[in-house]
Amino acid sequence: MRLRANLGLIIAACLIVMYALFPVVWMLMLSLKVDAQSPGFFPANWTLQNYLSVFRSGLFLSALRNSVGISLIATVLSVVLATFAAYAIARLDFSGKKLVLSMALAIAMFPTISLVPPLFEMWRTLGIYDTWLGLIIPYMSFTLPLSIWTLSAFFREIPWELEQAAQVDGATPWQAFRKVIVPLAAPGVFTAGILTFFFAWNDFVFGISLTASEAARPVPAALAFFTGESFFTQPAAQIAAASLIVTIPVIILVLLFQRNIVAGLTSGAVKG
Amino acid sequence: MAAVPESRGRGRFGGKPPGRGLSEQRLGWYLCAPAVVLMLAVTVYPMLQALWLSLQSYRITDPDARRFVGLDNYVLILSDSLWWQNVGVTVLITVITVAVELVLGLALALVMHRVIFGRGVVRTAILIPYGIITVVSAYAWMYAFSIDSGFVNSWLGLTNYDFFSQFGSSIFVICLSEIWKTTPFMSLLLLAGLAQVPEELQEAARVDGATAWQRLWKVTLPNMKAAIMVALLFRTLDAYRIFDNVFVMTGGAHGTETVSLLAYRQMISRTAVGLGSAVSVLLFLTVVLIALLFIKGFGTDLSRARGER
Repeated sequence: MRLRANLGLIIAACLIVMYALFPVVWMLMLSLKVDAQSPGFFPANWTLQNYLSVFRSGLFLSALRNSVGISLIATVLSVVLATFAAYAIARLDFSGKKLVLSMALAIAMFPTISLVPPLFEMWRTLGIYDTWLGLIIPYMSFTLPLSIWTLSAFFREIPWELEQAAQVDGATPWQAFRKVIVPLAAPGVFTAGILTFFFAWNDFVFGISLTASEAARPVPAALAFFTGESFFTQPAAQIAAASLIVTIPVIILVLLFQRNIVAGLTSGAVKG
Repeated sequence: MAAVPESRGRGRFGGKPPGRGLSEQRLGWYLCAPAVVLMLAVTVYPMLQALWLSLQSYRITDPDARRFVGLDNYVLILSDSLWWQNVGVTVLITVITVAVELVLGLALALVMHRVIFGRGVVRTAILIPYGIITVVSAYAWMYAFSIDSGFVNSWLGLTNYDFFSQFGSSIFVICLSEIWKTTPFMSLLLLAGLAQVPEELQEAARVDGATAWQRLWKVTLPNMKAAIMVALLFRTLDAYRIFDNVFVMTGGAHGTETVSLLAYRQMISRTAVGLGSAVSVLLFLTVVLIALLFIKGFGTDLSRARGER
């Protein structure tokens, strides 16, 4: 009985892994096809040519540069601002706490597409349409809510008395902060950073509507407008190759920080 | 050294030093201000701007013809069957995806909660769809179902069936991609709720002879109602703004256009700022309505979602 239940669980676990990986494996197979026009799961003839042509296309490389740059800058800035706010919410006694948390929740529910017409107008007036800044600002404001929740949940769990205890034991305030508090807070900050990075990396709505050229167009938008080397080739295999390349950072982050991401997603949204 | 404005010593009234509350109050606001200002600047201000623009007839290509038209844009949209058709499609996609995700997400959460051997592997795998770019997921499923490069037709024994040539099958593939990508998020929210169901209750029910099915319905689910409602609220709002999958797969062809796609098309392709803004305002109001329905109507408790205890 017990054995049968365990076996069932293991089979279910295997099914979940297959569920998650199947489309990724499919994209890998498609990207290795010589002729993307040929139906079937596995390539009839294998090639790495598609990866070469993607890397040779200036469009993809500029999009990759934009995506990496914009996502990293937005992540760092958003996490810094969220850390200030979360520290205040977790540690200080001030009346705006509830208001800030409610506002963050309301903004997390905001339909991003609603902002496209006004932001399009505002960014053109301010001259930041089709620039990195024009994407960094909306990415920051839409990731702040998640970062603030995640960080304030983390900060509340930190035993802050340890800081004083270390000072009593002869540490300077700076040492106490750096040696005691920073290591305790770091996992939370990392978690907020990863979730922010995923949002910015994934965004499509702002990416296509607030950019017009290679100057700022990020990968998802570039993929949607990718037409292949010539008008006559179907770009399916190249899109698959490009897709796989931009999935690699996601897989690396997930492999390295699985625990942090799960903790962040669950503590931010539903905390008992 | 400047004089400290408030005395740090023992207060006259005992307990907290006087003035500490005030300075803490101020520091709290200073620390929150940058985040709050940024969040408001990119949401509330543009939304007011959209409201103002929506009352005008204004196309970027013809700025001289810009004029105030009151509620005309809204009348135009609400009396157009295209708007109602798009709303219908969006609601259809939302209902299908959220319903399937709830059942599938719960199943995944139950497995993840109980599996011990390989727990890390399962949780890592499940995060891949969560982290993957939605546009990539859309391409993966679109090519899987396409005639020239896909494998679904040959696996199902359908020769040359074009899934993207009509409404029903297009919606099916769109929903499939959306469900694959977002079920992990749902299941992680449910997993957090599952972890809060007291183990003693399960044990007591087991001792009383309840079957696994009865325990699920009578013990587990009622005890995680709050988590389920929050997960449903988040996913419903998210599904209602569906854009990426539809844009990539059909671009709105064969009646698959959603409300978000309509707003985008008015604004970017037709450069009709006034009309596009009116669609945006209506979309925003719908989302507010859905949120209110969940919070007031179904009694979704958001104090936990806000991170308060």
